[in-house]
Amino acid sequence: MKNTDFERIERSARVRKRVLNVVIYTLLTLWALIVLFPFYWMILTSVKSYGAYNSEYIPSFFTLSPTLENYVHAFTAVPLARYFTNTLIFTVVTTAIMLVVTVLAAFAFARLNFRGKNLVFTLFLALMMIPNELVVITNYVTITDLDLRNTFAGLILPSVTSVFYIYLLKENFAQIPDNLYYAAKVDGTSDLKYLLKVMVPICKPTIITVAILKIIECWNSYVWPRLVTDDELYYLVSNGIQSIRENGFGRENIPAMMAAVVVISVPLIILFLIFRKKIMAGVARGGMKG
Amino acid sequence: MDKNNRKAWLYLLPAVLFLGAFMVYPLIDVFIYSFEEGYNSASQTFFGVGGYNYSYILHDPYFLQAVKNTFILVIITVPVSTALALLISVGLNSIRPLRNLYQTVYFLPYVTNTLAVGLVFMILFKKTAYSDGLVNLLINWFGGESVDFIDGPYWAKMFVLCFYTVWVVMPFKVLILTGALASVNQDYYNAAKVDGTSRGRIFRRITLPMISPTVFYLVITGFIGAFKAYSDAVALFGTDLNAAGMNTIVGYVYDMLYGNSGGYPSYASAAAIVLFAVVLTITCINLLISKKHVHY
Amino acid sequence: MYMKVVLQNLTKKFPNRGKGARSEVIAVNDFNFEIPDGKLIGLLGPSGCGKSTALNLLSGLLKPSSGRIFFGEDDVTDLPAENRGVGLVFQNYALYPHLTVRQNIMFPLENLKGAAKLTKAQMQEKVLEAAKLVQIEEYMERKPSELSGGQQQRVAIARALVKMPRLLLLDEPLSNLDARLRLQTREELRRIQRETGITTVFVTHDQEEAMSISDMIVVMKAGVIQQIGKPQAVYDSPVNLFVAKFLGNPPINLFHGEVKGGRLFIGEDAVCAVSGVNDRPVWVGVRPEGFELNENGALSCALVGVEIMGRDITVISRNSAADSAAIRSIISAENRVDTANPVVRFHIKPNKLFLFDKETEERLACGIG
Repeated sequence: MKNTDFERIERSARVRKRVLNVVIYTLLTLWALIVLFPFYWMILTSVKSYGAYNSEYIPSFFTLSPTLENYVHAFTAVPLARYFTNTLIFTVVTTAIMLVVTVLAAFAFARLNFRGKNLVFTLFLALMMIPNELVVITNYVTITDLDLRNTFAGLILPSVTSVFYIYLLKENFAQIPDNLYYAAKVDGTSDLKYLLKVMVPICKPTIITVAILKIIECWNSYVWPRLVTDDELYYLVSNGIQSIRENGFGRENIPAMMAAVVVISVPLIILFLIFRKKIMAGVARGGMKG
Repeated sequence: MDKNNRKAWLYLLPAVLFLGAFMVYPLIDVFIYSFEEGYNSASQTFFGVGGYNYSYILHDPYFLQAVKNTFILVIITVPVSTALALLISVGLNSIRPLRNLYQTVYFLPYVTNTLAVGLVFMILFKKTAYSDGLVNLLINWFGGESVDFIDGPYWAKMFVLCFYTVWVVMPFKVLILTGALASVNQDYYNAAKVDGTSRGRIFRRITLPMISPTVFYLVITGFIGAFKAYSDAVALFGTDLNAAGMNTIVGYVYDMLYGNSGGYPSYASAAAIVLFAVVLTITCINLLISKKHVHY
Repeated sequence: MYMKVVLQNLTKKFPNRGKGARSEVIAVNDFNFEIPDGKLIGLLGPSGCGKSTALNLLSGLLKPSSGRIFFGEDDVTDLPAENRGVGLVFQNYALYPHLTVRQNIMFPLENLKGAAKLTKAQMQEKVLEAAKLVQIEEYMERKPSELSGGQQQRVAIARALVKMPRLLLLDEPLSNLDARLRLQTREELRRIQRETGITTVFVTHDQEEAMSISDMIVVMKAGVIQQIGKPQAVYDSPVNLFVAKFLGNPPINLFHGEVKGGRLFIGEDAVCAVSGVNDRPVWVGVRPEGFELNENGALSCALVGVEIMGRDITVISRNSAADSAAIRSIISAENRVDTANPVVRFHIKPNKLFLFDKETEERLACGIG
């Protein structure tokens, strides 16, 4: 082979690499724009005034006179603040009860010995395959029969169980060496104290991950709240936004609607930006939306 | 031992109570409901036992429409989103600068409220008296005719639904695939490179087989997820999906239970069980195929 | 077809990934040497010395920061790995887990394009040839996970050889094998290299491995070449203390010594006459086989113990001037050591004794004896 041959190969390899890079970045940027655009559009629309928005036959991509009136409107014309508080209560209480139930059950499976443990655990795992759609029907009837429609209890109780999180925590608990447990036993520590003082702190990262995933799930839940609440007093944000969409602000006020959408979306986006690594790792470990 | 047993069950008690009341009991009950004919939720009485509920829903045009919609949605979105996610993940995996930024951006839809962002999609696609909407503006730029994607022809509505569904499921798939790609040992690529393997061939012969278990996992979960589509449709077309002709099987279940045509838990149960059977069958087929094609 | 490989001022710097001041790590520092055609070269050094970096520069997986690489007359410095036509065997073998042995070996052949493209039959033939060379032909339809470490190693070598590379590179080829297999495989490597005549460079941290099969060894330390030469020549004449210490098992014995009036002192003992070095403290290195039992020997040590190894005896002794707690000397088993006597005296063979500068640790040129 001649040196000129090599130069040609080298040059074409370099060119090919550069072209490929351009293609890759173009593709990635294009998808990033598709992802980001709805967010941009909702923020943009939410700061356009009602009049300005409706006079735009051709929507404009920016506005020179941003206004916050839509936000004021969103909080005054519809009970957005109430939806918000409801969702907050629902999320916090559900997540808290879920954590207690999950931690206790995971502890029993990981640490304690009892007859039929394997059988029970297998049954638990089998429950993971049951789709929510199958059980929601009876739950709806149950909650209706118990007269719990339009109550927080009705919203929360069927939402606290999560077999998957029990499984996730159990796996994590099981990694803690047995010796720690025996050492604590020798020192006269009770099981509950060992759980709270040793296991929970050691497994804090997993517990936080589970909590965050549950919070996301709660914040976005729509189906169950829709079934058991028809009183605006108990609407969560998802139902609230749907009701805003259908009954609106008396008239079709899209900028105000978008303001409400922004308000609803912001808390989770902030949560995500803070716990980005944790959330992504947690979801990668098996979190499925819904 | 007995004391230990009791203590362990005490720890399990809350979980067992919750799961028993809201998962195990409903699971049994849903089958019972589905065979109770003429169940009346007010008086809690029924006429007889049999397959009438199934026969009813299978002859209900709304159910058939929902089945058709769901299948179209599944058949389009699962391959499209998986292929697109693969493309993006491979791209993401081959760059260094800005990688974290792109990853963060791509994950955003996962943490947003489906209903809320669906509303944004609706106004982007909707054609109203005042405005044709942004998407139609783009279509006009490229010389096309305006279409009402929200209240217009069936294919247009289906397109928006598929588009939004793909938008919503991408974060999970990209996240999982980039993880799988990153965990392929770099030595395999180096070995292939030294042997003069072209990029395309490296992808086909090494990358793809190596991540095939993950791809199949995504396909299987993608099928399951897409069959349960509902809130995306509600977000775009409103709660009266039957009227829009865009109902899904899950939507049909909920509508039967509650909503405009609601109050029939027996029909809802039958529909839910049909859905479950379909999903189960497809998952089993998927697993069989993946056994054959996944390399380890 | 085969050719020598020339490295010219080859340097590779990596940005330091630590926090704080921006700095660079020089993994390969100004390499200049020539690999003769058809020889087996061992790149030898402790871990982190840059030998794997050097190998990856040769393969093209890394681009040098400066300097040139020539394959024969061709400057390949900027040629990407896929066009260099080298064979590379990875430390962990990097066999594709989803392909059978046959498919793994065939993989590089399927990449050939244009005039070099082979028919299916030609490929099969070449694959079989390579498999026979490494004696793996019975396992052609197995997956890598169904093979032992040694067998995987052979497959990896076959895959690297099948396209008849101009240069074969092996990264720590024996480090993942157990001790017995390692001995066997290194003979195998030597045989394969002889049979094919392909210029071969391998990287190792095991001096014994490098010494036993290389035609030439390159000893490296912290990115800098210390010495290049035939294994025996390097062993017999190390240029500095590092090379002297790195080669040889058991390792060389080190003493604090002093040259005074033309004589070398270890402690109180005048061991031998030295010419060409003025009076100064020095490092004295004595190979284990450089000791001779002698009642009138110049060096006296306190006897600690004797290990009888059949052919040889290892005498373990102590000396206050020694750098380590124990001096290991190897003598023929025909000698008798009087274990009752607490003192053992040695005569030292002049050609097994080296003097090094205390500061620079360079070998001192001198006449001994």
